[in-house]
Amino acid sequence: MWVYIFRRLLYAVPILLGVSLLVFALIHLAPGDVVDMLVPPEVPREVADLLRRRFALDQPLHIQYLAWLGRLLVGDLGISFFTNRPVADELFSALQNTLMLALPAALLGFALGVTLGALAAFNRGTWLDKLFAATAITGVSLPHYWVGIVLVSVFAVIFNALPAQGMGPPGFPASWEQIKPLILPVVTLSLIPMGVISRLVRANVLEMLSHEFVGALHAKGLLSRRVLYHVMKNAAPSALAVMGLQFGYLLAGSILVETVFNWPGSGGLMNLAIFRRDIPVLSATILVLATIFVVINILVDVLQALIDPRMRR
Amino acid sequence: MWNLDRYFKSDSPQYDPTGSAIARARNPWVSGYRKIDDYTIEIANPRSLSYFPGALAYLFFSSPAQFQKTGSWAEFAKAPSGTGPFKITEFKPRVSATLSRNEGYWDPHRVPKLDKMVLFPMPEATTRLAALRSGQVDWIEVPPPDAVPSLKAAGFEIVTNSYPHVWPWVMSFGKPDTPWRDVRVRRAINYCANREGLVTLLNGLAEPAAGVYNKTDPYFGHPKEQYTYDPAKAKALMQEAGYGPDKPVKAKIMISTSGSGQMLPLPMNEYLQQNLKECWFDISFEVVDWGTMLVAIRNPPTAPQTLGADAINISLAHATEFSRFATWFLSTTFPPAGVNWANWKNLEFDALVDEIEKSSDPEEIAANIRKAHEVIVDDAPWLFIVHDRNPRAMTKHVKGFVSAQSWFQDFTRVYME
Repeated sequence: MWVYIFRRLLYAVPILLGVSLLVFALIHLAPGDVVDMLVPPEVPREVADLLRRRFALDQPLHIQYLAWLGRLLVGDLGISFFTNRPVADELFSALQNTLMLALPAALLGFALGVTLGALAAFNRGTWLDKLFAATAITGVSLPHYWVGIVLVSVFAVIFNALPAQGMGPPGFPASWEQIKPLILPVVTLSLIPMGVISRLVRANVLEMLSHEFVGALHAKGLLSRRVLYHVMKNAAPSALAVMGLQFGYLLAGSILVETVFNWPGSGGLMNLAIFRRDIPVLSATILVLATIFVVINILVDVLQALIDPRMRR
Repeated sequence: MWNLDRYFKSDSPQYDPTGSAIARARNPWVSGYRKIDDYTIEIANPRSLSYFPGALAYLFFSSPAQFQKTGSWAEFAKAPSGTGPFKITEFKPRVSATLSRNEGYWDPHRVPKLDKMVLFPMPEATTRLAALRSGQVDWIEVPPPDAVPSLKAAGFEIVTNSYPHVWPWVMSFGKPDTPWRDVRVRRAINYCANREGLVTLLNGLAEPAAGVYNKTDPYFGHPKEQYTYDPAKAKALMQEAGYGPDKPVKAKIMISTSGSGQMLPLPMNEYLQQNLKECWFDISFEVVDWGTMLVAIRNPPTAPQTLGADAINISLAHATEFSRFATWFLSTTFPPAGVNWANWKNLEFDALVDEIEKSSDPEEIAANIRKAHEVIVDDAPWLFIVHDRNPRAMTKHVKGFVSAQSWFQDFTRVYME
């Protein structure tokens, strides 16, 4: 198992190098640079060029990339061209804010998804199955930023029960004042994972129910609860893989949901960095998120191997 | 001297490269400076510039003592100091900034009535609207236009004012095949634009423009062309210029999805596209992000960065101060030297600006500004569409605010009831 984990970590290195190269190249496809965004159009050309030299934007691209990579290898994510603040401060603050939404949204989405999916499978063909299928499809089909706007209109504007936007007091959400601002964005973000997981679990459970071992377990006299446990355990691995991906997407931040709820997360940070052509922030954010994706996938693989011994071979 | 060194002396410890670029963009006319005595400095300009004192306001001064204490501009930004009526007492990047009353403000008559103001950046208009309607905030900038009737019905105040912040199409004269070379075509498009319809679409958050200055502005003057919605006149001009239903003017306009001062670019431009069809203007759009548009405006109109656009819909800041106005139209400010992206050249205009720059008589300066504006309006290098009225929505508990006819606003008289 440890050899497997080590090998996966080793594979991550060329993957992340490739991602960093691709990101660096793609960023430079957009017209303009941070100087065009920082200073008014009336700036004298020689003054703008001086600023570009200061940011090393006059260097050839491959030199810029290697310099950035060199700093990265010693843990230096650089300084934002636009705000002059350390990228690490901005990025980890944004990731923390996104995690505050991503974790509960993932838990809610996965819990609902697994429950609805399993119930749909065990009530296959009935009106319950159709109801849960409709719920799942609605979850993935409705634009979630629109759902967010509707939730805000109802719960914040009409009922004045929850805040319309923004984060609450800092710290771990333990008090109602800290939990209140999380509710609407978490519900909004949980819709897509709920829908995706629900449909996947339904399909997996139905497939497991068609296997002979289920009949054999019933014939042996196992309680339905126990049979359910075995069916769900066998259906789990592929669902886990998708959950890992969904959690990764949530951590990348939904720019649309963050905009609607004015939540200063990683999606908004990335969007702002693209808008501002702030290369250090954008490069570091994408690389860190890619790293998180890779780590989550490794963890999911390990979990799958723990659940299903066949995967350890 | 310390602050001037911050912007102009690259080897000074306090040199601020980004601040320098911004300051020198707004004020490119400092060719030298020296200290005369402890209370006097001399600033040299490359030529006579009567409007230079107004442009000086863009050289923002900071406290040398605070810079010494914090050590760098990055640290200074976390603990800024100044001499204004408010001071920043808390700053959370991307979340909020708290401005508290400065009890020691130098003008005791303008010490703020408010204890503090908290500013929240909210890029999305519906989020701002929800925050106001739910009572989370007392005031929002730029409410969505279609929410104006319901806001008024619910007792909120919509505050606007007239000021010269024009939303135009800046026409290109640089392309060899530009349709705008003929002044009759330029005037025709200005007579064809249904500005009142656009203002109705925006629920009164803009006003019709007939020039760079508003019609009520003392600098508007008396141009021969008084642009109103007159499609018959527009068509007559088009026919004189050799255009008609079988030979429309085809033009591609670069528009943005958003951006500073751009108002609601997509629906507003779509409205104009439909409106201008009636006078044989076949308009298509090159939709870009704001950053791409800023790159385009810094380059000649024939450069690849302009993507072949025949005009750009860009709100080039406000004209409350003449130096801004001059830079958009002088023939010496074609990009990359300046922002006369249109490459419009008018010797009469240049001569008037020269007289304005050299004069020290306010009456003479004002008269020449009016004449210069008349030249601009009559020659129509832009499609003058609407003026942004700087709209704000607030609860009825906010009192004392008067919207200045300016980009800048005074919050010292505001109080909550």
